[in-house]
Amino acid sequence: MANIMVRKSADGGLSFYLPKRDIEDSIISIEFDTPEKWGGEIRLGNGGIYYIDPIPAPARLPISVRARRVDGVE
Amino acid sequence: MSELTREQAQALIEEVLEVYPEKAKKDRAKHLMVNDKEITQSKKCITSNRKSVPGVMTQRGCAYAGSKGVVWGPIKDIIDISHGPVGCGAYSRGGRRNYFSGTSGVDSFCDINFTSDFQEKDIVFGGDKKLAKLIDELEGLFPLSKGISVQSECPVGLIGDDIEAVAKKKAAEIGKVIVPVRCEGFRGVSQSLGHHIANDAVRDWIISNRDGKPFESTPYDVAILGDYNIGGDAWASRILLEEMGLRVVAQWSGDGTLTEMENTPNVKLNLLHCYRSMNYISRHMEEKYGIPWLEYNFFGPTKIKESLREIASHFDEKIQEGAERVIAKYTPAMDAIIAKYKPRLQGKKVMLYVGGLRPRHTVGAYEDLGMEVIGAGYEFAHNDDYDRTMKEMKDATLIYDDVTGYEFEEFVRQLKPDLIGSGIKEKYAFHKMGVPFRQLHSWDYSGPYHGFDGFAIFARDMDMTVNNPCWGMLKAPWLKDEAEGEQKAA
Repeated sequence: MANIMVRKSADGGLSFYLPKRDIEDSIISIEFDTPEKWGGEIRLGNGGIYYIDPIPAPARLPISVRARRVDGVE
Repeated sequence: MSELTREQAQALIEEVLEVYPEKAKKDRAKHLMVNDKEITQSKKCITSNRKSVPGVMTQRGCAYAGSKGVVWGPIKDIIDISHGPVGCGAYSRGGRRNYFSGTSGVDSFCDINFTSDFQEKDIVFGGDKKLAKLIDELEGLFPLSKGISVQSECPVGLIGDDIEAVAKKKAAEIGKVIVPVRCEGFRGVSQSLGHHIANDAVRDWIISNRDGKPFESTPYDVAILGDYNIGGDAWASRILLEEMGLRVVAQWSGDGTLTEMENTPNVKLNLLHCYRSMNYISRHMEEKYGIPWLEYNFFGPTKIKESLREIASHFDEKIQEGAERVIAKYTPAMDAIIAKYKPRLQGKKVMLYVGGLRPRHTVGAYEDLGMEVIGAGYEFAHNDDYDRTMKEMKDATLIYDDVTGYEFEEFVRQLKPDLIGSGIKEKYAFHKMGVPFRQLHSWDYSGPYHGFDGFAIFARDMDMTVNNPCWGMLKAPWLKDEAEGEQKAA
């Protein structure tokens, strides 16, 4: 489990930031993106896959959440 | 030398790597690349932020250098204790010329070395008591300090001193902010982790100190982050922002104060110059206080104009008009400088190897002067820095990460640049090779280089280095005569 930060990038998409490793990348897809349920599996531009326990959609980005690395590069 | 093609550049890298043993060669090969603008993600072609290969000459610093030397040191009213043996503090004192306004030793403490001077007994019995005593002494001698930071050196981490406990206890006693910073030099691979640790310490101990307290804000409040006022850089940047109508609430950390830092959460926009050393705190403020942040570049008129307009686009028409007014005001002066120096510098080739933001930010300034950057590299960058650098650099230029002394010298021997911008460790090696050199870490004891005023100095300095008559006098007269004599005979 690692702390990650999800923020809105300049082009309107979401971006992923892992402070511990200083890795920033775009989020290509997010499993759940509705007001009630947000999170799940997120896929990154570098091929990494992380899992965030679904929560109600955050009122404001960026948000720091705990995430689990499922697959791919760190 | 004419411009390299991609194949030639790749061949050059391979030739240079030839001397290494197999394992080191494999490792170093990942850190050198030929720029390709089509690749948007640098991680596909360059590896960065990895441990240097043992045995090579690297130019990197340590976490302590990143925290005390870069981030904490320039804050003028905080006393930074170099907690540990005396050398780290002594050799990092004042080297970066972070200018400040104030009276040294009375209300400003940037250029004084405070150290706990560990001896053998402190290693054996622990240094906590000494630290407590030291803080009392500081309080007696320098009562106008606003806070104290404890910058750990290696032994503190090794013997496991509890500096946090001392800091908490003493802070309650003297009623000032005391920040323990765990920036022992052995942490991380370079000074980069020191920046991160320093940012985290600011986040944990300073940034929320004034939450909820009254603050008279305006809609035009901004903070300058990541400008260390080297030779007065932050001042040259600040006047431009103020001229366009913004109010600069805080300078991080060159000529900055503790109060400014505590007030930063009230600003409307964080302006980030050195991305590498202060993106962490910007990200934190964005999340906690909802303050957007923006990277800008104040090197060279082209980039300054772009940046001023971009900054203004975050505010209303008044500021946008202000930006245009500032640009219009300085453009004639800038045109005059370019008209004066461009003919003298046109077509000269530059190689850069610095840290932080300079290898990419100064490219625009060199291009304004008609010069061309043919190689750039960082001591301690991460991949997001290279993502940004690849966009700035031309195709088929060299990009090198944590370049070793040998590699850099070989590149210079082959590419024959007209100017090298790098640090003091490289300076004299290249002077002896007869290559014009500027020490770009602290502007070779000149500056400021930021802002429109800085560009005038930048242009003058580059001209007086490249066109200095001394470069033609490096050969001893008798050797020169012989060579010329032979030519005549032939």
